[in-house]
Amino acid sequence: MRTPFTVRLIQSMPRSGWIALAIFAAITWIGIPAAHLMLPESSPLHLSAYTISLLGKILCYMVVAVAMDLIWGYAGILSLGHGLFFALGGYAFGMYLMRQIGRDGSYGSDLPDFMVFLDWKELPWYWAGSDSFLWAIFLAMALPGVVAFIFGYFAFRSRIKGVYFSIITQALTYAAMLLFFRNETGFGGNNGFTDFKRILGYSITSPEMRVTLFALSAALLVACLILGRYLVSSRFGRVLTAIRDAESRVMFIGYNPLHYKLFIWTLSAVLCGLAGALYVPQVGIINPSEMSPANSIELAVWVAVGGRGTLIGAVLGAGIVNLAKSYFTVTVPEYWPFFLGFLFIAVTLYLPDGVVGLWRKLRARKGPDSAGVSETAVRKASETENTTPANSSANGARA
Amino acid sequence: MMQTTDIERAANESTANAGNLREQWESEATTSHLVTGELDLSHNVILYLDDITVSFDGFRALNKLSLAIDAGELRCIIGPNGAGKTTMMDVITGKTRPDEGKAFFGQTIDLTRMTEPQIAHAGIGRKFQKPTIFEKHTAFENLELAMKADKRVRRSLFASLFDDERDRISDVLKQIRLDKEADRSAGLLSHGQKQWLEIGMLLMQEPRLLLLDEPVAGMTDDETERTAELFVSLAGKHSLMVVEHDMAFVEALGGKVTVLCEGSVLAEGDLATVQADPRVIEVYLGR
Repeated sequence: MRTPFTVRLIQSMPRSGWIALAIFAAITWIGIPAAHLMLPESSPLHLSAYTISLLGKILCYMVVAVAMDLIWGYAGILSLGHGLFFALGGYAFGMYLMRQIGRDGSYGSDLPDFMVFLDWKELPWYWAGSDSFLWAIFLAMALPGVVAFIFGYFAFRSRIKGVYFSIITQALTYAAMLLFFRNETGFGGNNGFTDFKRILGYSITSPEMRVTLFALSAALLVACLILGRYLVSSRFGRVLTAIRDAESRVMFIGYNPLHYKLFIWTLSAVLCGLAGALYVPQVGIINPSEMSPANSIELAVWVAVGGRGTLIGAVLGAGIVNLAKSYFTVTVPEYWPFFLGFLFIAVTLYLPDGVVGLWRKLRARKGPDSAGVSETAVRKASETENTTPANSSANGARA
Repeated sequence: MMQTTDIERAANESTANAGNLREQWESEATTSHLVTGELDLSHNVILYLDDITVSFDGFRALNKLSLAIDAGELRCIIGPNGAGKTTMMDVITGKTRPDEGKAFFGQTIDLTRMTEPQIAHAGIGRKFQKPTIFEKHTAFENLELAMKADKRVRRSLFASLFDDERDRISDVLKQIRLDKEADRSAGLLSHGQKQWLEIGMLLMQEPRLLLLDEPVAGMTDDETERTAELFVSLAGKHSLMVVEHDMAFVEALGGKVTVLCEGSVLAEGDLATVQADPRVIEVYLGR
């Protein structure tokens, strides 16, 4: 008898994990939207438009962090170019938002302002269909997916690994950034896409739209966590970690690592693209700086801070670092790079397994003597415990 | 010097791979699961190596090596360091491409044109000198991953164990005496247990030919003895090629012995004959 798929899906996460997700969903789909829409501004529990957008942005970052953890934490492939996939998704959906402006732009033309400014007469062929919402969503997934697939195929086929792979991804996102900076490429150059007005005809600045985008970001994060959890607890996930730990052995027992790496790499890029598509309407701008090498490195720092190979660690890391970032850049902006650098050094030296690793260590010390309990049982138990911070992060984010 | 050779070797490998990659990519899906059934043992020989030459940067690791293993045979390979034993296994498993010569599995399967995973599917399992197991996985999971199955991505995404598969893993766990350690991380096992686990992974692959590189290194005398018993019991149903330095172990296995020296076969026969051969005494045993 085989275990049916649905049972395996449910078993892929411990009960506390599902409860945490349910609480998280309740807060992000009901609690936070209500606090923004229903409560009067005088109420201490009212959430401002700024807070909603900030939290929505961080939710998108969390999705990227989960995608990053799948590829780095589980498959052992450190990408320093994931910002590219995020930005590609953003650009794909951004163009739809530009088209939705219609004739309300400064020049009153059917073409986006930046094209009129450059004296373009018609839309370049590759933006055909960009006025369709569904096509934009499809493009936000397909574009990063195709780029990742082609790049990954050649890189993994040539058995490029470790630091060499990281450097090439870094170069890839840098090259893309330079390309997007150019005015004649049709991506808005330096300024990128901005001044968005509508989605599907509804105003982008209305509180309802803001809350909808926020709830969608939360839904995407929940879906990514469930998908990620299923993947890493399936045999596929065990092969991935096996490739990370002893690739030659994996080949000699008959798996082709190329296919496995390519699958998770492409999936990771697609998830980044979706996050980018939700990010752009919430922050109101997409420009080439999203592809800057530093952004992609910061993304790896989130995952390292939270704890690699745990999924929930990636979520926590993205939350912690970005909340710290918004605090620092408001109060003492000039110290933020120093803090980020310090954080990375501290985590590398003292917390190789990140916040989640620290939590597990504390649990193990505090908990009853685990003599006689097998190592995996301890590991499983601590995983069970570790899924609960999902809601504490949401609470933290709200505070 | 040693390092240069390694780098050269890596470079050679990647060039050799690049040439065959297109072919691999296309043939992978169609052949990897069919090849197994095609093993042709009509001449009762499971492995032919014919005039194999491998050079790294001018150094001939294998020099016109010719060797044949009969189906069901248990063959021991001995030889001084640098004789080419590990390189020979690299050639058989597709890790290294020979510059010249033929390598056939049975009568029809040309090993020099296949990738590592394809060769594994065809029925050749390999145990490395240093135990390579998946340290973060449990002993059970190590065996599950090695189990003979459809190993493509789309299968592994939805795979779950059937009862008979579970039973098979339990049987092998008992056979390698790790049934008490099934849920323990493999990294926490003792050195000897890791060696056994890797042997168990080979068994799960249900290979026709097992290549074992120093399988008893680091084992206690008791473990060594039990390993010898296990190998002897496997011979007949499987063919085994064992590289070993431990003469007592080679004696316990009792099969035919091949002595390699400087990349080619120096002598072949039962252990007593080989040990009496003056050339062998000179290059190997006499030292």
